This record gives sequence, structure tokens and C-alpha cells, in this order.
Amino acid sequence: MSEKELGKKWDRCLADSAIKLGTGLGLGIVFSVLFFKRHTWPISFGSGVGLGMAYANCQNDLRSHYLQHRSKKVTHT
Amino acid sequence: AGLVTVGGGIGGTILYAKWDNKFRAAVENNVPYSDWLLGLALGPPSPKSGLPIKKQVRILEESLTSSAKATLQAIGAQEAALQAITRHTLKLKEAMEAEEKSAQWKDLEAALADRTGAVNDAETALSKANEALDSLKSVIDKSKGLKVSAVRPLVLAAEENLHNMVVDLDKVVTKVHSAESEAKIVSQYSELVNEAKQQFQREVSSLTPEIQANWKGLTGKLSSDDLNALIAHAHRRIDQLNRELAEQRVREQIHIDAALEQQKLEDQKALEKAVSTALQHIKEEARLEQERKLSELREVMEAEMRTQLRRQAAAHTDHVRDVLKVQEQELRVDAEQVLSSKMLEQETRYRQLSQEQLDNFTLDMNTAYARLKGMEEAIDSHVVAEEEARKAHQLWLSVEALNYTLKTANADIPTVPLEGAAQAVRDSCHDSDFALALSSALPEESLHRGVYSEASLRARFNSLRSLARRVALIDESHNSLYQYFLSYLQAALLFEEKQEAPPAQLCSEDLDPFKLLSYASYCLEHGDLELAAKLVNQLRGEARRVVEDWLTEARLTLETRQVVSLLSAYANAVGLGTTQAP
Repeated sequence: MSEKELGKKWDRCLADSAIKLGTGLGLGIVFSVLFFKRHTWPISFGSGVGLGMAYANCQNDLRSHYLQHRSKKVTHT
Repeated sequence: AGLVTVGGGIGGTILYAKWDNKFRAAVENNVPYSDWLLGLALGPPSPKSGLPIKKQVRILEESLTSSAKATLQAIGAQEAALQAITRHTLKLKEAMEAEEKSAQWKDLEAALADRTGAVNDAETALSKANEALDSLKSVIDKSKGLKVSAVRPLVLAAEENLHNMVVDLDKVVTKVHSAESEAKIVSQYSELVNEAKQQFQREVSSLTPEIQANWKGLTGKLSSDDLNALIAHAHRRIDQLNRELAEQRVREQIHIDAALEQQKLEDQKALEKAVSTALQHIKEEARLEQERKLSELREVMEAEMRTQLRRQAAAHTDHVRDVLKVQEQELRVDAEQVLSSKMLEQETRYRQLSQEQLDNFTLDMNTAYARLKGMEEAIDSHVVAEEEARKAHQLWLSVEALNYTLKTANADIPTVPLEGAAQAVRDSCHDSDFALALSSALPEESLHRGVYSEASLRARFNSLRSLARRVALIDESHNSLYQYFLSYLQAALLFEEKQEAPPAQLCSEDLDPFKLLSYASYCLEHGDLELAAKLVNQLRGEARRVVEDWLTEARLTLETRQVVSLLSAYANAVGLGTTQAP
């Protein structure tokens, strides 16, 4: 159903953002712990990266319909 | 009622007595005053005419035999009497002529007694015979009165016998009479002689009283005086007698004349009597002869007549036979003619009738055939029409089924796939292109998956509406997350009417998604899915993408419904067309 698509997208988005954020945070923490001597900037950097990736992913996902890929273009012509 | 019964009884008795004489005699014997009553009612009782002839004949024969017997007896008796009389006369004569002897007198007396006895017997026998003859005569008369020809010869014979008997009897009687008369004469003579003797005796006795009567044996006993006296007496007597003789001689002629006269008279009488009897006898004989001749003649005549009649009858039968033959011929010819004519007539009539019948039959057959043909055609057309009707009905039924399947959609479940029903419709309308086209116009989705009902679409739309509101700002140029956020904010803050009646024509301001959604809601609430779909179709961007499926579904439903309604209309039209007005 087309109305459920958005919901699915949001689910994905959220799930993805959660994962990314979590992963970023986790990596940040790890990096911060491992490599950057417990500075907070890798955590925030990581979470920020995560969040940004999530946001971009989400947005991309939401926009995916309007952006026509080349393969489609090729098939269309 | 009692009176009627009594009267009826008496009347019946009288009637029956009239019919049956024996009954009448019995009634008269037993019931007093009945003979008066019956005599009054019916007249004197008829003689026994009902006696059968045989009885009469028997009576006749019996009387004949009895009379014959009596007559014979009488004749015999008469003959015996005759004999006795003659004997007596002879004896008397002998006694007269010969000298007197006592034996002769005894004989004489015996003969006299004989004679008297015989005469008496004869008389009784005669009377009996006469009686018998009279009865026979009466019977004969009665039989004559019967007038039956069968009795006639018997009657005739009886009459003859009667006549013979009468004749014999008469003869014998005459003989007896003559003998009697002779005897009378002789007796007279003897009496005279006796008288004379007596006279003489008396005279002698008066003269000589001692002398006995038998003076013939006296000759030894008489004295001379006596003898003289006797001779004198005798002489005197002789003189007297001579004188008497002379007188007698004188008167002889007179006496002879007188005697002759007397004799003549007597002769006349006797003659007359004899003549009359002879006449009677002759008459009787003649009559009998006549009757005999008559009967013979009659017999002969009857025989002759019979032969003639027979001949005539034979001739008549021959003639009749001939005539009959001729008549038969004629009649046969006539009859045959009539028969043939009738037969001809009948045949012609029959032929005519049969022809008529045939014609009628042919006519009837033709009419029947025509009617049959008409009926067949009508039936065929009926069949065709009914086939059409059936088909239409089937179509209609299938369409109704299809229609019904549309209703099987529940809240969220689509209908059953319409494939079956659509197939049924296709089957039931494979000769109608229109219906075929229509049934093939059903969308595939509806066939395979079914369509959603309006209610489910409505419900779905309600849930869609909020989503569409939320993504109202998103389209191909505005589709970042920020826009999403804005769109969500707008949706949260913007209030529009839940339902708003759409105008007849949409202007550019009405293309606002919120407005459109409210219009569509309104339309949906009022059951106008088409307009709602149209309105929803105006959505652009993400909202459009979101409601795309719904729209597709709505389109499907609308399409299906349209097709089905068209089919139903068509089926109804066809059904109406094929329905036959009563």
C-alpha cells in the first residue's frame, strides 16, 4: 500500500538513525576510549557522524521516488 | 265394502253357473232358492248339451242293446205265448172233438194255465219292450237333435234296428192276436159246447139226479127208465136242436150277413189297422231307406266332394304355386330392382359421404397441419424467445451474482475474486458482443483479487487523510526532512473542515490538498466515490504518492462497479426485452 510506504520509510529511517547513531556513538566511544584518550569529541563526532548519516539516509530514502536513477532512465528509453 | 263383496260373489257365481252347467246343477241342488235366482238370471238350465258325443253314442248303443234284448225277450215271450195259445187251442179242439177225459181236461187246464202265464209273460215282456223301444226312440231323437254327422250312421242303424224290432214285435203281436182270436173262437166254441154240455148235464141231472156228469161211462149204471128218460130227453133235445137248427138255417143267411158285416167291419178295422201299421212300417222303412240312401249318398257325395275338393285343392295348390312362382319372380325382380336402386343410392351416398368425409378430413388435416405448423412455429419462436429469455435471465442472474460478489467485501477484505462470476457472465452472454466486451472490460485486478468496497475505501481514506495532510507540502522539489517537518507542523496546525461540499467547478484555490481532502471526505461520506476519486486525483506531490494506491483501488472499484452496472443495465434491458407481456 502506498500509504504504508511512508510509514515504512520512517521506520527504516528511525531504525537506521538509531543504528547509525548508536554505532557512531559506539565507535566514538570506542575511538575515544581507544585512540583518543577518552575525549568526548570522538563520541560526539561519532554520534554526529552517525546522526548525519542517518539524516542523509533518511532524507535520501524519503526522496528516493523523486530521484530517478540512471538504470530506470535507461529502461525508460 | 261387504256389500260389494257379497254382490261380487253372487255375480261371480251366476257367471260361472252360466258357463258351467254342472256347477249350476250343483249349486241348485245345494243352495235353496238358488234355482229360482239362477232361473231368473240365466233362464232355464240348458239341457245337457254339453254331454260329449261319445257318451251319447254309448247311451244310444246301450239303449239299443237293452231294447234289442227286451224286444227279443218280448218276441220270445210272444212266441211262447203264441205256442201256448196254439197248444191250448189244439188241446181244446182235441178236447172238444175227442171224448172227454179227465187227463185231457187237466192237460187243458195246464195248457190254459200255461197259456195265461205265457200271455202274461208276453204282455209284460211286450210292455217292457215297448218301454225300451220308446226310450230308444227318445234317445234316437235326442241324438238326432245333436246334428253331428258322425252319429248319423249309428242313429240310422239304431233306427233301422228299432224299426225292425218294432216290425217283428208287431208281427208277433198280430200273430198272437190272431192266435188269440182263434183261441177265442175256439174257446167260445168250447164254451158253447161246455154250456150245452152243462145244459145237457143239468137237464140230465134234473131228470136223473143220480147220474154223474161224466155220462160216457154211465152206460152200465143206468136203468131202463133212466135210459128211456134219457133217450126221451135226448130225443126232445134232438128235436129242440133240430128246430134250433132249422131256425138257425133260416136265420143263417141273416146271421151270415151280420157275421159277414161284422167280419167285414172287423176285417175293415183289421185291414185298416194292418194297412196303417203296414203303412207306418213301410213309411218307416221308406224313411229309413231314404235316410240310409241319404246317408250313403251323403257319404258318396262327401267322398266325391272330398275327391273333388282334393282335386280342387291340388289344382288350387298348383295354381297357387304357379301364381306364387310368378309373383315371386315379379317380387324378386321388383325387390332386386328396388335393392339395386337403393344400393346404388346408398353407394352414391356412401361415396359422397366418404368423399365429403375425405374432403373434410383433408381440410381438417390441412387446417390441423397449418395450425400445427403455426403452433410449431409459435413454439419454436417461443422456444427461441424463451431461450433468449433464459439467456437473458441467466445473464441477469450472473450479473446479479457478479453484483452480489461486489457486496462480499467486508471491512478490510476485498471481495472474492470476480473471476468466477465474470466467467459465468461471459458464459451466459457469449452471443452478445456488448456484454462480452463489457465482461472483458472488467479490470484484471478485480478478477483475480477482487475489489474493495466503498466502506473500506472510506475507512481507508479516513486514515489516509491524516497522512496526506501530513505530507501535504512534500513534492518533488520540496522533499527534504526539513520540509517533512514543516509539513507535519502545518498538518498539526492547520484546521479545515472535516467535510466540505465541493463546488461544481474547481477553481485553482480548491486545489489545496486540505480542501481537496475535505471535499473528498464529503463526497465519500455522501457516497460519491467517483467525485472523491476525481478530487483525490487532483492531489500532487507526496500526498499524491501516498494516496496512489487508494486511488488505484478506488479506480478499480469504480471501474468494476461501472462495468457491473452497465452489465446489469444491459441484462435488465435484455430481460425486459425478452419478458413477454401477460
